[in-house]
Amino acid sequence: MTQQPIVDARAIHKHFGALHVLKGVDLKVAERELVFVIGPSGSGKSTLLRCLNRLEEPSSGSIVVDGIDMLDARTDINHARQRIGMVFQSFNLYPHMTALGNVTLALRKVAGKSRVEADRLGQAALERVGLADRAGHTPGQLSGGQQQRVAIARSIALEPRVMLFDEPTSALDPELVGSVLEVMRSLRESGMTMIVVSHEMGFARNAADRVVFMDDGLIVEQGPPAAIFENPTHERTRAFIGQIQRH
Amino acid sequence: MIQTFFNIEIIAAAWPIVLSGLLNTILLSLIVVPLGLFGGLLLALGASIRHPLVRWPLMAWVDFFRAFPPLVLLILLFAGLPFAGLELGGFACVAIAFFLNTGAYYGEIFRAGIDSVPAGQVEAGRSTGLSRLQAMTYIVLPQAVRNVLPDLLSNTLEVVKLTSLGSVVAVPELLYQARQAQSLTYNPTPIVVAAIIYFLMLWPLVRLLSRLENRALAGRR
Ligand SMILES: Nc1ncnc2c1ncn2[C@@H]1O[C@H](COP(=O)(O)OP(=O)(O)O)[C@@H](O)[C@H]1O
Ligand SMILES: [Mg+2]
Repeated sequence: MTQQPIVDARAIHKHFGALHVLKGVDLKVAERELVFVIGPSGSGKSTLLRCLNRLEEPSSGSIVVDGIDMLDARTDINHARQRIGMVFQSFNLYPHMTALGNVTLALRKVAGKSRVEADRLGQAALERVGLADRAGHTPGQLSGGQQQRVAIARSIALEPRVMLFDEPTSALDPELVGSVLEVMRSLRESGMTMIVVSHEMGFARNAADRVVFMDDGLIVEQGPPAAIFENPTHERTRAFIGQIQRH
Repeated sequence: MIQTFFNIEIIAAAWPIVLSGLLNTILLSLIVVPLGLFGGLLLALGASIRHPLVRWPLMAWVDFFRAFPPLVLLILLFAGLPFAGLELGGFACVAIAFFLNTGAYYGEIFRAGIDSVPAGQVEAGRSTGLSRLQAMTYIVLPQAVRNVLPDLLSNTLEVVKLTSLGSVVAVPELLYQARQAQSLTYNPTPIVVAAIIYFLMLWPLVRLLSRLENRALAGRR
C-alpha cells in the first residue's frame, strides 16, 4: 500500500465489562477499496465497524479516517461522522418521515443545507438508488429492499469518504437481496471506499478487493477473495468457509 | 324535584358566577397542563442521560411527587409557605403543586415513550452526524410522543379534573364558584350545573381518547 490509507485502525481493543470483544485489531483500507469482513456470529465484526465511527467507544487503540483522528477528544465527532456512512442490518429508517425526509434530515441539520438545496440533493441520492419515484413514501409503505436502499441514499447524500455496511442484506427476503447488492455494486463502481460485513459470498467473490476473516475478536487472516475462499491457510478460516458454503 | 335540582330561575341568577368559575378552570388548565408537560419533558430528557448521578435524583423526584397526594401537597404549600414568609395565594399554589405532581406523571409518560423508540433510531441519526440533542429532537421525541399520545391525553384529563382541588384553597374555579352560588341561593342547582359543565367539557376528550386507544390497539395488531 503506497498511498495513505483512508481508514487506519490500529490495535483496537474493546471490552464490554468483563467481555473482551476486540483483542487488538489492525485494519487499513485504501481509497476506493472494498473490504469484505466475514466471521462467525459474535466474533466482533459489528463492534469493529461501530468503533470506526465511534458509535462504540474503543477501550484502546487508534483510529484515523480520512486524516481525522477519530479518538482525539478535540475532534468534532459529529462533523467527522458525515464522512463515514453507515448502513444497518435493520435499516433504521425514521418511520415518521418520508423517504426524502429520511435522506434530507442530516443534510439540513448537520451539513447546513437549505430545505430547497437539501431536497435537491436528497432527490438525487434517491435517484442513485433507483427510488426517485418513492420520495414521498414512508418506510412503512416500502419493501425491505427499498427501505435499505433509502438507508443507503441517506448515507451517500452526505457524500461520505467511506461507507460501512453491517449485514445490509441479512434482514431481507431472498428475492430482495439482489436490488440492494446492485446498488452496492454501482457505489463501488463510482469509487466509494467500502467496508462490508456480510455473508453474501457471491458478491464478495465478484466485488471485493480483499476479504478479512475475523474470529474471537481478532483478524485471523486476510487476502484476495479467491485466496481466502479457495486456499485459506488457517484451520478456523477453512472451517468457517466450509460451513457457510454448505448452506 | 326539578325545582330543587334544576331550577331555571336559579340557573339564571347563578350563571354569571358559575361562568366566571368555568373561565377560571379553563385558565387554570391552560397554565397547569403546559407547565406539567414542560416539567415532564425536562424530567424525561434528564432521565435519558444515563449517568447515575443525573438519573437517580430525577427518579427519586418523580417517585416522591407521584406518591404524594396532590391535595396534601396543595394544602402544605398554601398553609405552610406563609410560615416561611412566602405568601403566594391560592392560584400560584395550585400552579406549583400541579407542576410538581403532574410534571412527575407526564415525566413518566415521556420517559416510557422515549424508551419505546429502538436504540437503532438514535444510532442511525448519530451516524449521519446529528448531535445527541438533534437526534432526540428530530428522531426520538416525535416517535415517543406518538407512541404515548393516549397516555398523555389521559393524564391531561386527570389534570383538568384535578383543577377542582383549587376550591380547597379558595381559587374561584368552577367548583368553588358553584358552591358560592349554592350558598347564596340555598339551592343545589349550581352544583348540578357545574357537574354538567365538567361533563360536557371533558366528554369530547374522553371520546378522542378512546378513539386513540382503539387506533393504538389496531396499530399493534
Ligand atoms: N453493547 C454491548 N454490550 C455487551 N456486549 C456486547 C454489546 N455489543 C456486542 N456485545 C458482545 O460482543 C460480542 C461481539 O458482538 P458483535 O460485534 O455484534 O459480533 P458480530 O457482529 O461478529 O456477530 C458478542 O459476544 C456480543 O454479545
Ligand atoms: Mg453483527
